[in-house]
Amino acid sequence: MPDLLLELFSEEIPARMQKRASEDLQKLVTNGLVDAGLTYEGAKGFATPRRLALTIHGLTARSADTREERKGPKVGAPEKALAGFMRAAGLSSIDEAQIQSDPKKGEFYVAVIEKPGRDAAEIIAELIPGIIRNFPWPKSMRWGAGSTRPDTLRWVRPLRSILCTFGPETEEPEIVAFEVDGIKSGDVTYGHRFMAPEAIRIRRFDDYTDKLNAAKVVLDSARREEIILQEAKNLAFSQNLDLVEDSALLHEVAGLVEWPVVLMGSFDERFLNLPDEVIQLTIRVNQKCFVLRDPKSGALTNRFILVSNLIASDGGKQIVAGNEKVVRARLSDAMFFWETDLKTPLQARVQKLGNIIFHEKLGTQLQRVERIKSLATTLAPLLGANPAEAERAAELCKADLVTEMVGEFPELQGLMGRYYATAQNESSSVAAACEDHYRPQGPGDTVPSDPVSVAVALADKLDTLSGFWLIDEKPTGSKDPYALRRAALGVIRLILENNCELSLTDVIGQACSGHQRDALAAADISGVTPDLLAFFHDRLKVYLRDQGLRYDLIDSVISEDADDLQLIVRRVEALSSFLDSEDGKALLSGSKRAANILRAEEKKDGKVFDSSVSADLLSDPAEKALAEAVDVAVSKAKAAVDGHDFTAAIEALSQLRAPVDAFFEDVMVNDENAQIRENRLNLLNRIRQATQTVADFSKIEG
Amino acid sequence: MSQSDPHATALDLPPHMRPERSFQGLILALQRFWADYGCVVLQPYDMEVGAGTFHPATTLRALGHKPWRAAYVQPSRRPGDGRYGENPNRLQHYYQFQVLLKPSPPDLQDLYLKSLAAIGVDAALHDVRFVEDDWESPTLGAWGLGWECWCDGMEVSQFTYFQQVCGIECSPVAGELTYGLERLAMYVQGVDNVYDLNFNGRDGDERISYGDVFLQAEQEYSRHNFEHANTDVLFQHFKDAEAECQALLAAGARQRDEAGDGIHKVVFPAYDQCIKASHVFNLLDARGVISVTERQSYILRVRELSKACGEAFLQTEAGGAVAKESQHA
Repeated sequence: MPDLLLELFSEEIPARMQKRASEDLQKLVTNGLVDAGLTYEGAKGFATPRRLALTIHGLTARSADTREERKGPKVGAPEKALAGFMRAAGLSSIDEAQIQSDPKKGEFYVAVIEKPGRDAAEIIAELIPGIIRNFPWPKSMRWGAGSTRPDTLRWVRPLRSILCTFGPETEEPEIVAFEVDGIKSGDVTYGHRFMAPEAIRIRRFDDYTDKLNAAKVVLDSARREEIILQEAKNLAFSQNLDLVEDSALLHEVAGLVEWPVVLMGSFDERFLNLPDEVIQLTIRVNQKCFVLRDPKSGALTNRFILVSNLIASDGGKQIVAGNEKVVRARLSDAMFFWETDLKTPLQARVQKLGNIIFHEKLGTQLQRVERIKSLATTLAPLLGANPAEAERAAELCKADLVTEMVGEFPELQGLMGRYYATAQNESSSVAAACEDHYRPQGPGDTVPSDPVSVAVALADKLDTLSGFWLIDEKPTGSKDPYALRRAALGVIRLILENNCELSLTDVIGQACSGHQRDALAAADISGVTPDLLAFFHDRLKVYLRDQGLRYDLIDSVISEDADDLQLIVRRVEALSSFLDSEDGKALLSGSKRAANILRAEEKKDGKVFDSSVSADLLSDPAEKALAEAVDVAVSKAKAAVDGHDFTAAIEALSQLRAPVDAFFEDVMVNDENAQIRENRLNLLNRIRQATQTVADFSKIEG
Repeated sequence: MSQSDPHATALDLPPHMRPERSFQGLILALQRFWADYGCVVLQPYDMEVGAGTFHPATTLRALGHKPWRAAYVQPSRRPGDGRYGENPNRLQHYYQFQVLLKPSPPDLQDLYLKSLAAIGVDAALHDVRFVEDDWESPTLGAWGLGWECWCDGMEVSQFTYFQQVCGIECSPVAGELTYGLERLAMYVQGVDNVYDLNFNGRDGDERISYGDVFLQAEQEYSRHNFEHANTDVLFQHFKDAEAECQALLAAGARQRDEAGDGIHKVVFPAYDQCIKASHVFNLLDARGVISVTERQSYILRVRELSKACGEAFLQTEAGGAVAKESQHA
């Protein structure tokens, strides 16, 4: 079976696009070949900075002949029907159709369409130009003199040559000839830009990889990553250092070289006074180099690993020297930012936040800080935090946004706040809050536990949520540009993981009134609290379900105004363990039975049975016992719920199991006497009322 | 196109003229290289611009179908990058060497690498890389795809295939090369501080450094840009330049209609006013008097001017238009 080799050779393809492009090429070509009636045994796509390549092996040499019979209209059908049939079947005259007969339909036309199989090479030559022309690059461009033509080829960067060969393993493969925008396919490629730029003639995939390798091109990006990682580790090990691994950087760097050469450089030790994160980010973002750690202390060292694309004639001395120079300049910049930033206390920067717009309708960052301050101070006592510390932390928490360092590296926001707060001798809680109030940033991020951080983190998120609710910029469908779902989940996790008991209704109200004092004096807050509370309920349901709790149980305990998340969860948990017990299961089924009877009878009578139970009308010992038990259960359960003791409430309900069972065993609800019947229905309603103290049992499945 | 061997030329030069010894030697070597290729070697545009791209020889000449090859040094002003002469790398005034080739030739990457060789960057010793960089100038309504060119980890040039300029599709596409001259010179001279660059290639008493030429100016302009520039006057300058640009374009269009030949008559002077508005905006930005929301609207206003200039340029001979027979004889 023959093999296909395709290479699209171009100017440098952005590293971040290479992997996807090689996958797309493979998918598009193999799908196209299969659609054309060919089969293949295996395929693999490759990418380097200068080429996309694809090998397909075991491709069928020819597609099979096909024969299709297409039924047409009856003999003697109107002219129009015949014309339509001929057009669809590609006949030039109706005489070309056969006539078949059917006992029911009579005689009708049949067109026999026979398509001979085609050579794979022909199919390939027809398929590939279209794939190249319509390739799904995230961004593509035009170039050169041909760019004036409307149908000019677009590619990620100028496409320079195309290699395409096809043939069986045992024979000399042939060039599959086609042309795209003046580029004729051939059997030629080129090696490394500097080390082996000459043209190379290729026969098939085997000699392609070998010859490229000899021409200093490692075709497979996974192999390039392996080489870089291995050599970097070896180099680090030889100096008694640890490589700080970084898979995203590794992937990017492997997309910037065709022949990786790993080298080590160093910088002045004085730069180690900078925070490790700053050094790593400077070297990584600007220079795409790896940093190295001291295996004993775990601290960064003044060495770094760079990956070049060249075996230099001086062994890389100049390359290392050049990179060191740039790293030095970058670290000098960072050092300058760090030292400049340290000269001005965070406190003195706060006013500058007035120049930064947070959102045009929600005012400046300074106004935001003032609101967070006030809210955090209010929340502090509820969370066991020192209000003065919470206020201080809130005051400083955004000040690092106007430091030089964060201006240069926005991703260091928060972290720099912590460093600068520590340097100016703020308490450790205040310093921690400067960083941790942004947390949790997502489901996987840690939740702060220091009460000061919790207070500021909650205030920050509640201010954001209530603000965007007030200006009606809520998340819709997949759109959530201000990450409000994440903020709500953050609030939920902060509250639950720190066992905070607080009323969301109250704190939302406080957050809203903060906005009213600022930019939104005229805003109407009345609808905001219930709506935002409902949003929290939705996020809570998602969160608890992810934690493995039953959705129906969560639903059964969340009432519209439930605003203490901690209580909701405790209720669910108590309910869940109760329903796992025999008593629980029996009571659930008893209460369901009661509810079903009530529903049916209420429908029949067109009225609701919610009057009190009359003791005089109770005659059967079982109903007397139930009436008594329900009274006791309701008052005990209510008292327990008021005291937030859900286990006790459930315990009170569980006492109902025996009397409910006995009632249904011994008593006929629909008595002939209408008064007795109604009294018994009112008694059933009491069961519903009793269970309602803990949850809406009608929402529980089972 | 036959070119003399640039490397041999460099070695034939007396020491003080060599790119690795002399800042001006490096400029001369680049000019010689691109002159040899067939570019018109222009002199800097006589207005304050933020980058070599603003020179009409790039912005306007990148439009229309007429072939164009130009190379020139352009002093570039970035008021906000002033550091009072205290930063070894950042300057509010620096030099770019700009090359524009329309249409972009198929061997543009090779030409670029040869030009590096001409200034002493040996590709057998140095790690030269093309790293993705999508270029965009919101004020010029321009964008293109290309790379930052790295030499041993340092960005030394910007390489762009223009796709759109002044909001107009480039047809054909031009290739733009922008060399950061100070950085390149620091690299080939092996100097860490820009002010230590040898400007004239001489030694001893005859040596003139980059600092001798520019340090005082950097200090003074930093004061100007950040402290003294009169913002009221500048706001007025912005409005004036904007109005003048529009008035000139209107005048040129009127004369076009009067002549009935379809040829716009006043494009380059109008574009000067667009450049002026852009620079005034940069100064105001450096002075910190433009808020985040206003910033966007100023950028849009300059873009409107550049778009109008680009559209008018296409109605000129240099823009590829052919005069119609006059209808008003």
